[in-house]
Amino acid sequence: MSAGTWPLFLLAAAVGAVARYLIDRAVTARRGDGFPWGTTLINVSGSFVLGLITGLGLYHAFPGDARLVLGTGFCGAYTTFSTFAFETVRLAGEGRVGAAARHVAWNTVGGLLASASGLIVAAL
Amino acid sequence: MDDLPVDPDAVAAARGRPLDRRVVAAVALGALPGAAARHALAEAITAPAGHFPWATFSTNVSGSLALGLVLAVLLQRYPPATYARAFAGTGFLGAFTTFSTFSVEADVLIKDGHAAMALAYVVASLTAGLGAAGLGLAAGGRLTGRRPR
Repeated sequence: MSAGTWPLFLLAAAVGAVARYLIDRAVTARRGDGFPWGTTLINVSGSFVLGLITGLGLYHAFPGDARLVLGTGFCGAYTTFSTFAFETVRLAGEGRVGAAARHVAWNTVGGLLASASGLIVAAL
Repeated sequence: MDDLPVDPDAVAAARGRPLDRRVVAAVALGALPGAAARHALAEAITAPAGHFPWATFSTNVSGSLALGLVLAVLLQRYPPATYARAFAGTGFLGAFTTFSTFSVEADVLIKDGHAAMALAYVVASLTAGLGAAGLGLAAGGRLTGRRPR
């Protein structure tokens, strides 16, 4: 990464993480069922955007530094695997095994379909 | 695994507590080293096309282990550790680990004709990631002296 890209990369990562915190907080407040809808929404939407950015790089020569800032920086920090894993374990630990399985299914299937959609849209 | 720590963030949000700007700042500050470390690891462990994405895999598994450990300790022993949790958990480990790179890598493996590798990657990441989070949580509980019932 060039020296001039680093500050933008870090800024994008900070914006991504704060967006995750704010969206998770807003969604959690709205939904009172204890299911981690916030993380699900974040991981699915972020996977779509990264699929789009990756596809633009593959099919339209979208510049590498922009992909680094928006993809690795923003999308990477916006989406999260550790919170997803922790929430799943917590649901299972509370005896809500069905909810834990749904959390895994929503994030994994949703994330894979969303990033595939992004790649396909970029290829058009 | 019963008697798990309550999530203070969820409780605060559900009660409509106003947004604490210092928490937002802690999340942003934690994200800086988190994303930089993820990028550095990705640069250090490069995988040729069609190979197992070890960099993201190790990032996500180690980050899940660390988050389980950190949250077990912070939420249990120091219940109001709001800023430490925002910095280390939501900020650092949240930005260190990534879901979007994981799903795009799996899709690109499928697109390039490596469906079996993609399946192995997804199954391995889920198994190891969830196992690591559970292990971290259990280890953190032991550190803080929480006895399994």
